[in-house]
Amino acid sequence: MPLAVWLADHTIQNVVAGAVLLGLVSGVLGSFAVLRQQSLLGDTLAHAALPGICLGFLLAGSRELGVLAGGALLTATLAALAVQALVRFSRLKTDAALGSVLSLFFAVGVVLLTFIQGRADAAQGGLESFLFGQAAATLRSDLWLMGGVTAMALFLVTLFWKELKLVTFDPLFAASVGYPVALLETGLTALIALAVVVGLQMVGVVLMAAMVIAPPVAARQWTRRLEPMVALAGLFGVAAGVSGALISATTPGLATGPLVVLAASAIVLASLLLAPERGLLWEALKRRRDRRALADERLLATLYGLARRHHDPRYPAEQGMLDAYHGVGTRRVLARLAGLGMVRRVVHMPNEGAHWELTEAGQRRARADLSRAEAD
Amino acid sequence: MLATLLADPGLVIVTTGMLVGTASSLLGAFLILRRNSMLADAISHSIVLGIVLVWLLTRQQSGAVQLLGAALAGIATVALTELLTRTRKVKDDAAIGLVFPALFALGVLLLNLYARDVHVDQHTVLLGEIGFVWLRTMPILGHEVPQALVWLGLVTTINASFVFLLFKELKLATFDPALAHALGFAPAALSYALLVLTSVTAVASFEAVGVVLFVAFVIVPPAAAYLLTDRLERMILLGIAVALASSWLGYLAAVALDVSIGGMMAVVTGLFLLAAFLAGPRYGLIARLVRQRHQRLHDECLALAVHLLTAENQGEHPRKPLTDGLAWTDARATRVLAECRRHGLVRDDAAGLALTAKGRGAARALLEPWRVEPG
Repeated sequence: MPLAVWLADHTIQNVVAGAVLLGLVSGVLGSFAVLRQQSLLGDTLAHAALPGICLGFLLAGSRELGVLAGGALLTATLAALAVQALVRFSRLKTDAALGSVLSLFFAVGVVLLTFIQGRADAAQGGLESFLFGQAAATLRSDLWLMGGVTAMALFLVTLFWKELKLVTFDPLFAASVGYPVALLETGLTALIALAVVVGLQMVGVVLMAAMVIAPPVAARQWTRRLEPMVALAGLFGVAAGVSGALISATTPGLATGPLVVLAASAIVLASLLLAPERGLLWEALKRRRDRRALADERLLATLYGLARRHHDPRYPAEQGMLDAYHGVGTRRVLARLAGLGMVRRVVHMPNEGAHWELTEAGQRRARADLSRAEAD
Repeated sequence: MLATLLADPGLVIVTTGMLVGTASSLLGAFLILRRNSMLADAISHSIVLGIVLVWLLTRQQSGAVQLLGAALAGIATVALTELLTRTRKVKDDAAIGLVFPALFALGVLLLNLYARDVHVDQHTVLLGEIGFVWLRTMPILGHEVPQALVWLGLVTTINASFVFLLFKELKLATFDPALAHALGFAPAALSYALLVLTSVTAVASFEAVGVVLFVAFVIVPPAAAYLLTDRLERMILLGIAVALASSWLGYLAAVALDVSIGGMMAVVTGLFLLAAFLAGPRYGLIARLVRQRHQRLHDECLALAVHLLTAENQGEHPRKPLTDGLAWTDARATRVLAECRRHGLVRDDAAGLALTAKGRGAARALLEPWRVEPG
């Protein structure tokens, strides 16, 4: 199919637009959740949307996304309140509260789902697509709703930017200068519920958590400032959403959620490994470089010290003795230094092991290292 | 007896639910106390990948190979999460939230791609089909026993022996891992064993209840029990009791309403949690409020006693000043006064209110604690 025809396709257009909205809203709002170490709250809220979807369906009698989303928002918010109540008023810790509320709200959703399926009236089909998402089922009218919610969420974040930033990084200070911290925290939670609602159609309730967590984690790798992090998280979210949704929409039988999540996970993996400064690959390389430099320096210092004690700048040291000095094999380090022209292999006594002496360059380098160490 | 059990689908279903609940509550108690509840959620999702991979490799849908695959998937989840946390680029909660959705998504995708003809589909993975467990049977000692019962029975036995035999070690590793380590009990190995058993239990249960409801069976009954008792032994037993009762009541409710049996069982565990949260004897919300109220009334009695003592020192006998001097409403003054009389702190004399000896003692003890004779 030529690209132009493909892009003109209504389904494709809808899917791409939906994925853009989803990625944007979940990346931006997820940033705050991840930074506040509330990543798993997103998981609980997403699962808790299921009973709301079913209630919405029972109320509207059809698969009207507006009503379903309203129900989802309601139960997700209820779940957030339930978690808060359990943590504040009982001895359960956050993890147990999150797990209980997640599974119990989902259980209620399952019960309602089977209740709906058990009734005779038609039009109950398609509710299960909210479990794993079905991008291809996105309608134009759904996009208006998703767009509206996204716009509202982004507007609120922009409006309260300073407050949200302060509450995220230093809630105690925020409270001491008189910000309504509890209110702002509740507001952030409600915003995550909004993100979940946008993701219902595309990713589904089960995997939505990953969309709230993965893009911000990836974005955090590339920057240490909140503004670019939020922007990047939105961008990564959009990239993951669009690629996953397009594959799903063009390949029959593949649910969207898993594809989007795998795309997001790939972005995280690449960012963890390759991001400048914080990338694990660069860190590993740097560690290797440092280790080698240290080994070189120590070996040159040993050779130089031996030469000085023997009043012979070209004192031939036996390799076995060097091994003993350092407690490890020095063969590789010696070979590397020889390659750099710092040491030279010499024949001292024919029947003994290899002997090494410092070259001119090696002596200079050892002297420089030693005087630097003394200066420090 | 066995024959009657096996002939009745309802009994098989309830028994399956009870076994799932018992096996998972045994482990859940420790997961909650170690604050690892969300790892149970992560593991139960990740085993889907294990199940699909094992199925693709061996074409076996259940049995020992599947349990092994699940154990490996569980270990992989925990190991990957720890690996991510150890890079110090990702906090532990985000690490959990990154690993299990990725593994789960991969599992679901593989299901979508290759496993169309297998009975395991997305629907079963998520929701389970406890209503059909009695259909798939295997012959044992001349009886056709449902496979789920066999495997769940085995897993329950393993979990129970694990907890029973290593109770002391588990208890120590849970409450004081540093001491456990110092005494040479290898708490890390125990922790891994616990998570491996959680994975095995999850794979034995998921056909019946699905991966998400499994979390309810693991966490909710012990959580309810945790709100009711301070002793580990009782917490475990209470958790099992909640799970057993939930399976039975959930089944009855589900049949009556014609809805998902597994879902209803989980919902009933939630009702138990709610009841424990509200009405628990010591940690329940109501008990807490009542305690707070008592404390407040007690404090107000002392305030009155101190007020009267001050008045006494100034040679007054107040009745009115309760509402003036202490700025109390009439209703409040009446309530406090009644409480004070009940405890014999104040008495009425001709001029008005006066302290009893006990009331004077209480007020002095508050004002001048250093003068009170010890004992």
